[in-house]
Amino acid sequence: MAGRAAAVLSRRLGRGGGTVIAGHLVPRIAPWALRDVTRSLPNGSIVVSGTNGKTTTTRLLSHILNAAGMRPLHNRAGANMLSGLFTAVAQGTDWQARPRGDVGLFEVDEATVPRALQHIEPRMLLLHNIFRDQLDRYGEVHFVANLWRDTVRRLSSRSMVLVNADDPLVAGILAPGGDAAAASARHSSYGIDDPAVGTPTLPHAADARLCPICGAPLRYELVYYGHLGHYVCSRCDFTRPTPTVSATTVELLGDAGSNLTIATPEGVIRARLQLPGLYNVYNALAAVAVSSELGIRRDVIARGLETFTAAFGRLERIQVEDRTLFLALVKNPVGFTEVLRTVLAPPGRRTLLIAINDLFADGTDVSWLWDVEFERLQDRVNVVVCTGLRAEDMAVRLKYAGVEPDRIRVESHPRRSIEMALAAAEPAETVYVLPTYTAMLALRDILRQTGYVRGFWEE
Amino acid sequence: MSSLALRLVHLYPDLMSVYGDRGNVLALVRRAQWRGIDATVSEVSVGDRFEPRDADLIFFGGGQDREQEAVSPDFLQGKGEAVREAVEEGTALLSVCGGYQLLGQSYTTVDGQQLPGAGLFDVRSVPGPKRHIGNVLIETMLDGQQRTLVGFENHSGRTYLGPDLQPLGRTVVGAGNNGQDGTEGAVYKGAIGCYLHGSLLPKNPWLADYLLSIALRHLTDEPVVLAPLDDRFENEAHQAVATRIRGLGGRVKSGAW
Repeated sequence: MAGRAAAVLSRRLGRGGGTVIAGHLVPRIAPWALRDVTRSLPNGSIVVSGTNGKTTTTRLLSHILNAAGMRPLHNRAGANMLSGLFTAVAQGTDWQARPRGDVGLFEVDEATVPRALQHIEPRMLLLHNIFRDQLDRYGEVHFVANLWRDTVRRLSSRSMVLVNADDPLVAGILAPGGDAAAASARHSSYGIDDPAVGTPTLPHAADARLCPICGAPLRYELVYYGHLGHYVCSRCDFTRPTPTVSATTVELLGDAGSNLTIATPEGVIRARLQLPGLYNVYNALAAVAVSSELGIRRDVIARGLETFTAAFGRLERIQVEDRTLFLALVKNPVGFTEVLRTVLAPPGRRTLLIAINDLFADGTDVSWLWDVEFERLQDRVNVVVCTGLRAEDMAVRLKYAGVEPDRIRVESHPRRSIEMALAAAEPAETVYVLPTYTAMLALRDILRQTGYVRGFWEE
Repeated sequence: MSSLALRLVHLYPDLMSVYGDRGNVLALVRRAQWRGIDATVSEVSVGDRFEPRDADLIFFGGGQDREQEAVSPDFLQGKGEAVREAVEEGTALLSVCGGYQLLGQSYTTVDGQQLPGAGLFDVRSVPGPKRHIGNVLIETMLDGQQRTLVGFENHSGRTYLGPDLQPLGRTVVGAGNNGQDGTEGAVYKGAIGCYLHGSLLPKNPWLADYLLSIALRHLTDEPVVLAPLDDRFENEAHQAVATRIRGLGGRVKSGAW
């Protein structure tokens, strides 16, 4: 009955790009819909949370699950607050409230995890990473870690918790001796074990330098990016757990992706991942950890990794006449720095369009731009066009990073900013477009109107 | 001027530098360099020594609660006193949020523990019921002229000024020190405390130069006239924010976006 109300609502309301609209109504009319529908899924539900990589990880997982013959019920448009989960369930059920799928796959906003798990008892809860993101929303990284700790403590032995071993904030949730570790849920972890892609020191923008257990400084033997790496507490016995699923060799291939060797309990997986950057290696590891735990065959997982292309707006190439736009979402210091590292991998100067908005979904505080390593752009810029509601802030940041002022342009109008960046590039050159979330939506909308990209709900 | 080397000290850069506060140090260094003045930055953290005469300019940023509590014992064991002495001797100082609170008479943690501060500013900080988060615009006469500053505040602490302490300015948009008396920040000699992240100095270049002038005077013992710079980008950024938030109570419009 509940599901039927939900399904009717979904048909009336859940059309087009307004993916959250139905979800605002369904919790009131059918508050039990999310619980009932996810309970009836024969393969249970997988819940994925973390600051960076939620959408890419769940989309990659969905791709692998499909390849394995499963039918995921997935909030794939990335609406990851409670209303978005209700929408996904409303749209994923038939008129008799039967789910059109056999496994739930939900990306969930970090702070929404406790409320989501009041409705969904997960077969697996994947906690991916915690970075400073929209501090104006959540205050501090420890706030999210504490929320998750309380949530994990309440899980039963029917659930499994998968954590990123390389993030001390996340791994600390399951540290031996902690009350969350004593909870009944089973746990497992994933991480990178290839010193060749690490560095010995933490960057300026690292978000965690102190032990989550005792507060003493952490010592790093190896840093992959941000505060992710191999760490040990200088005082207590907190240390990085040995990952169950581990990338033993990572060969980065610039913006073309990476070659991976991944050790799992069932054996080794080798794959060429088309997504660039170390951050996507973590997304792949998370997807492999879940798939492997679900018992999916290694060759199916490998094929899934090899054939996957990026999630909407996160990363894509768009052909505009004789030039290519390379679009990558940026949303926090660590993520932006990793995107720059990837964009700058091959030598030479780049033409860029950086679009910074400060609306709620972007984070209303733009001070995070000062923690991005724009210094990497010194002597590497052909032209950089700054646009968005905070175009001027971006221009100032680049000037102080040491980018030559005569290569910096400010054009606050969205359409004109694209035209300016395209005009500054040579024929056949790639223009790197790096927008925050709402700026990405606006730029994509312009490109869609001009016929270069489809609406994301059509994908 | 090239034989001069301005000595900047960045206090606890590893632990007290959220919300892009390190952009302030970058702004000071660049604006010195663009004028042909060398500048060195010493990073001073837990366990390091700090002598009052080592610094022409001190920067002390904000941290998360956990980091601020980790820093507090180290700061009060000698460093706080040294910072006070330096300011008395003419060193310039900028402190933001947590750094500002630690330089006051006292601050109370979220769990109700009252900790002493260094006592440079006659202010007391206590936790408030809600976090003040948003764009800030203040008016100030700090350098004798009618000026504005733009920044971004994000604090649950409420800071109250003693009777004789001069605030940095009056809020036009935002909560400022405590959301009640219309003041923001504090000024004592060449030292400034405030809640303005953003980063503050790159978008308010006149304040960066004000601090640099005090620092150079400390270094050379002579009056300083700084050469003007091309601040087109900086002033545009300042104007864009100020115009957008004025009259909107700190909220922002999306316009063409």
